[in-house]
Amino acid sequence: MIALILRRIAQSLPTLFLVVAGSFFLIRLAPGGPFDLERPLPPAAMENLRRVYGLDQPLIVQFGRYLLSLLRGDLGPSFTFRDLTVTDLFARGLPVSLTLGSLALVLALGLGLALGSLAAFDRGGIADRGVGLAASLGLAVPNFVTAPLLQIVFGLGLAWLPIGGWADGNPRNLVLPVLTLALPHAAGIARLTRASLGEVLIQPHIRTQRAMGLSRARIARHALRGALLPVVATLGPLAAGLMTGSVVVETIFGLPGIGRYFVEGALNRDYTLVMGTVVLVAVLVIVFNLIADLIAAALDPRVRLSA
Amino acid sequence: MSAALAHRARRRLARDRPALAALASLMLVALACLIGPFLTGHPPERIYPDFVRVPPSLAAHPRSDELRPALQRLAFRMRASLEDVAQEGERVRLTLTAPKPIDERSLRLLPRSGLFGEAQVLERSADGRRLVVEAPIRRLYFLLGTDALGRDLLTRCLAAGRVSLLIGLTAALAALLIGVAYGAVSGLAGGTVDALMMRVLDILYALPFVFFVIMLLVFFRAGLWLVLVAVAAVEWLDMARIVRTQTLSLKSRDFFRAAIALGAGTGTILLRHAVPNMLGPIIAAATLLVPRVILLESFLSFLGLGVQEPATSWGVLIAEGSRALESAPWMLAAPAGFLVVTLVALNRLGDGLGEALDPRLQRGLDQRDSAGR
Repeated sequence: MIALILRRIAQSLPTLFLVVAGSFFLIRLAPGGPFDLERPLPPAAMENLRRVYGLDQPLIVQFGRYLLSLLRGDLGPSFTFRDLTVTDLFARGLPVSLTLGSLALVLALGLGLALGSLAAFDRGGIADRGVGLAASLGLAVPNFVTAPLLQIVFGLGLAWLPIGGWADGNPRNLVLPVLTLALPHAAGIARLTRASLGEVLIQPHIRTQRAMGLSRARIARHALRGALLPVVATLGPLAAGLMTGSVVVETIFGLPGIGRYFVEGALNRDYTLVMGTVVLVAVLVIVFNLIADLIAAALDPRVRLSA
Repeated sequence: MSAALAHRARRRLARDRPALAALASLMLVALACLIGPFLTGHPPERIYPDFVRVPPSLAAHPRSDELRPALQRLAFRMRASLEDVAQEGERVRLTLTAPKPIDERSLRLLPRSGLFGEAQVLERSADGRRLVVEAPIRRLYFLLGTDALGRDLLTRCLAAGRVSLLIGLTAALAALLIGVAYGAVSGLAGGTVDALMMRVLDILYALPFVFFVIMLLVFFRAGLWLVLVAVAAVEWLDMARIVRTQTLSLKSRDFFRAAIALGAGTGTILLRHAVPNMLGPIIAAATLLVPRVILLESFLSFLGLGVQEPATSWGVLIAEGSRALESAPWMLAAPAGFLVVTLVALNRLGDGLGEALDPRLQRGLDQRDSAGR
């Protein structure tokens, strides 16, 4: 297993390099710079600023320097948040995004698996159709529609929950954003579970179990183990996407996560912040994919052999 | 796709009621977006300053209580004041007074407001400072209400639908072509080339593509075409995978090996043998691609990075609507409704097509039945 992990990390290095190089040169090619203000700075001051941040060097030298500092784990100073490094910003925002993301992941998994199994065991029945309809709605309604709807119903109409803000992670403030994040993924997982469980339930070994008179709960346990594989395979990208924060949800609910850093950083030409976010996301995608693969290997011996 | 499969698929699809309903509602939405803006009676850009954030209703505007304020504003612009208003059925009679003689040319403001027809002067005092005018009242309908500037929301939703559907179809088509070409070449070539191309695909899969798209759009001023290219560049990966798998399974079939043995060129093999036989899964996957593209576009537009004013898409309208949610909830509900109906229908149709076009499925269904419950 250690060998597998090491090999996967080695395999992911070219991807990581490509991500860093691609975004580095893309952002430097873009017109505008981080110090363009409404009133232009005097040329001498601009010159000084550029020298301090090393922007006066040739691009390839800057790239080399960035790679070196990246190897040391240093993401550099932010260009727009004065006196803060990108690492500082992540230290503030990442806990928020991780809390929201992990809660949403748990909710999406629980809801999706439960509804998907319900539909699979009741193929063609009322529950199946209901879940199918709910799932296709959940997939089609974008989160920037769900979020304001939840706000107006539970925040303004019923006044049960606050419509936004972080409030140091007060659980009441988390409900609506987590729900917004989780619903589309719950729908996706429900569909996937229904399909894969449906395939498993027509297999001969399940028929044998039925014939032997095993209880429904026992059969469900056997079937779910096989049906979980495709679900687990999607978990890697899904978890990475949820953990790295959502621009939409964080903007609408006014949460201080890292999802907003990227778009704001790009708009302000905050080179290091944009780069840092991209690197963070790429690393998280790789890590979560690895974890998902390890879970898959634990579930299915065939995956273990071929890995 | 063989004729037999096409025939069976059509029969299966005809039995799939939800998929047919989805197809029907899609055609309805597409037709409405195509010709609807000509039928609503409002150009999409027309601004009615008198009707800002009018809620949806079947009633005609201006209502009698809206007449006086609208006329007062018009009279003010004519440098006159409104002395009296009388509504007589379809016509309105108004008396205007002013400290200086009223220029009758300023009466053109009445039809130009969009609320009234051509005005007729009934009486004119000798000094020209008092005018009695009659004008027909036009009937304006805002079935889905108006937005924060006073534009008809139905017309805007339909015009926006053109852009959203256009982007959805074109970007999906582009992604389809790239994906089919890449996947087919990779699968046909096999060996080292295949391994290399799949390795590249793996690397691309791991890239946070949405981030690159956002960067592109932020840095190089967003426009319709850039959105299209960006979205297509993200979405072709799945298609390439599907096509490669299909090609690999085709390669072991006899008719395919015969074509190769007969010395057919790569192009012929690709176009005559590979693509037609994979059409089923490709069509199904492409149908599912369109809603994803539309969703991605509306997400980008919601962030203000996608389609730019004066062009509009459902994402743009939803963004406007969510900002005006408290005062005008219909501004969110209307475009969101169009978007959701379209996406649900496309997803359902894609699933239906996937099932109808799957040659293995007939057997699967039989098995399911015989397994019993």
